[in-house]
Amino acid sequence: MQFIELRNIYKTYHIGDIDIPVLREVSLNVARGELVALMGTSGSGKSTLMNILGCLDRPTSGEYWLDGQEVSRRSADERALLRNRTVGFVFQSFNLLPRTSALENVMMPLAYARENLSDRQARRRSAELLERVGLGDRLDHLPSQLSGGQQQRVAIARSLINRPAILFADEPTGNLDSHTSEEILQMFKQLNAEEGITIVLVTHDAAVARLARRMIRIHDGVIESGAFVPGSNPAGSQQAVSQSAAGAQAIEGGT
Amino acid sequence: MKVYRIIQTALRALRRNPMRAALTTLGIIIGVGAVIAMMEIGNGSSAAIQKSIASMGADNLLVQPGTAASGGVSFGVGSVMTLTPEDAQAILRECPAVRAVAPVVRARTQVVYGSRNWVPFSIYGTTPAFLVVRDWTNLAQGEIFTDRDVRNANRVCLLGHTLVRELFQGDSPIGKDIRINNVSFKVVGVLSRKGANMMGMDQDDIVVAPWTAIKYRVAGAPLANVNQSSTSSSSSSSVNSLSQLYPGGQPELYPAPSATQAADTPMPVRFTNVDQILVTARNSEAIPQAISQITALLRARHRIHNGEPDDFHIRDMTEMTKVMSSTASLMTNLLLCVALISLVVGGVGIMNIMLVSVTERTHEIGLRMAVGARARDILRQFLVEAVVLCLAGGAMGILVGHGGSYLVKMLLHWPIATSPSAIIAAVLVSASVGIVFGYYPAWKASRMDPIEALRYE
Repeated sequence: MQFIELRNIYKTYHIGDIDIPVLREVSLNVARGELVALMGTSGSGKSTLMNILGCLDRPTSGEYWLDGQEVSRRSADERALLRNRTVGFVFQSFNLLPRTSALENVMMPLAYARENLSDRQARRRSAELLERVGLGDRLDHLPSQLSGGQQQRVAIARSLINRPAILFADEPTGNLDSHTSEEILQMFKQLNAEEGITIVLVTHDAAVARLARRMIRIHDGVIESGAFVPGSNPAGSQQAVSQSAAGAQAIEGGT
Repeated sequence: MKVYRIIQTALRALRRNPMRAALTTLGIIIGVGAVIAMMEIGNGSSAAIQKSIASMGADNLLVQPGTAASGGVSFGVGSVMTLTPEDAQAILRECPAVRAVAPVVRARTQVVYGSRNWVPFSIYGTTPAFLVVRDWTNLAQGEIFTDRDVRNANRVCLLGHTLVRELFQGDSPIGKDIRINNVSFKVVGVLSRKGANMMGMDQDDIVVAPWTAIKYRVAGAPLANVNQSSTSSSSSSSVNSLSQLYPGGQPELYPAPSATQAADTPMPVRFTNVDQILVTARNSEAIPQAISQITALLRARHRIHNGEPDDFHIRDMTEMTKVMSSTASLMTNLLLCVALISLVVGGVGIMNIMLVSVTERTHEIGLRMAVGARARDILRQFLVEAVVLCLAGGAMGILVGHGGSYLVKMLLHWPIATSPSAIIAAVLVSASVGIVFGYYPAWKASRMDPIEALRYE
């Protein structure tokens, strides 16, 4: 079993009497330490998929195994705990707390952690992370005093504070110019290579997706290609095999 | 999450928008400030009112001799002579609930100065403690006679304003001699003006002198012995000579006991009686205590057996005490209403702003949930924020209220009294206002869906 396994995930929104299926029979897996891009146009269901992967949302039906645990039926509090411990988020709009220093922004998730760090330990860990993302001299700057790229670095440092096993980045470069985008992407790549953190990049930008070794394409709530780790052959899903093959081709075609 | 970190987070969140936090707390500051100021001013005025009612004699007790009865005919209060000056001393000595005691001998006779004369409403023979009991120690002129004057039966007296007006026509009477029933008394002081009492009787129409002098030197008709003193009724007209201690002959102190009675209860002969004993209790609450202590003491001193009726009466000023307690409770209730209204208004303000704050910080709530905050963490965060706001407002309000009442004291010269209970109540109430009015916004925040909240613009 892989680090992440989705089996026949359906997600349907009910608006009034109308059912809107957003995800249909989504099955995929992600290996530990992988850097995967989740690609799709807007409205393709990639955000919904990411929300389910990030334990923010629950699928209507299907199974979601995260690190060997079935989590799709967990309660809200249990999912909060999972998000705190195993998952890190990086958002398109950075989502830093306004009028709060970079250091305190990075420290914020520790407030909900079960491990009880002293204030000094927490500060030290946050400062170390900010140094790692190259902001060691800007600990006390407010978000409004930082450039977009710097803000996103703070957000990355924040997502790493609880030492997550997996990082979800939702259009992390969407609000950045191409130069800073490149820097941020390199940072993800470095984190993946050096720390072995599994990273899922959600993007609609092929240039960003090219960074990843594997690309999962989603269209209209259905996985088009790249659903499975190459070589892993989930039993009983012929379709998946063909999709996987198609995904491999797509990557070759892209590079 | 540790408590101090929750509070730290709340403070940090409030610091992000200090202006709004300040405006929000303004409601609570005004509310609590009003409560504290009202409590202090109210307490001050009610203490002042109580003090002035007390000066009318609300915590006074009047001990009078009992009733003589013979053959089914009773002669009313004061018709026997059972109280002695020693009783008065014993009451002061042995009843802890009693603050001051004054024996009183009353007389009603003519007072003469020069060519003018006047019959005062009351001539009181008493001790200096009488002025303490009646809260009358501030003299308009001169000074009070002393205990030594009482021991020596010195002929000195204090005059009320009415007498000064009638006899001296505005001249200073100090050092002048007046004649009371043809015995000359030196005026040593003039009592301050007290006006009429609740019954409309002029309290300034009074002469106060040592009781020994009145008792032994002035032959007024004592009010007490209406029935027994009929034999000596002629005494008031006779000229008094100083050698006579009991001018006009002394009436029998007690109705002559039958031989059997005398054998059964051998009583020491009492040479001196007083008409009444004025007692003042330590405070209005101590009145019932004082009554029971005096009753027990006098029954023991008068050797009254169990089951026999008292030979004295104790009267308290129930009417005045009632007025006193009703003013106090009226005041308290009024203040409570004001306090409640202003705090509810402040609380609604808090709720309003917290609701705005929750909406405004939807994004933050979504983010916090995304990084692992549970619903109860969010609930707690916003609740603590509201409570911190209210407590800060409460603390400020205490200062503002105290400052306000102090200002009133300085500018308007109103009496104020600090009230620690009001401060404790203000802190508790502002904390509970924070919880009550902060709960709904906090609950609303905690019920948000993290995805919706993150998407909210």
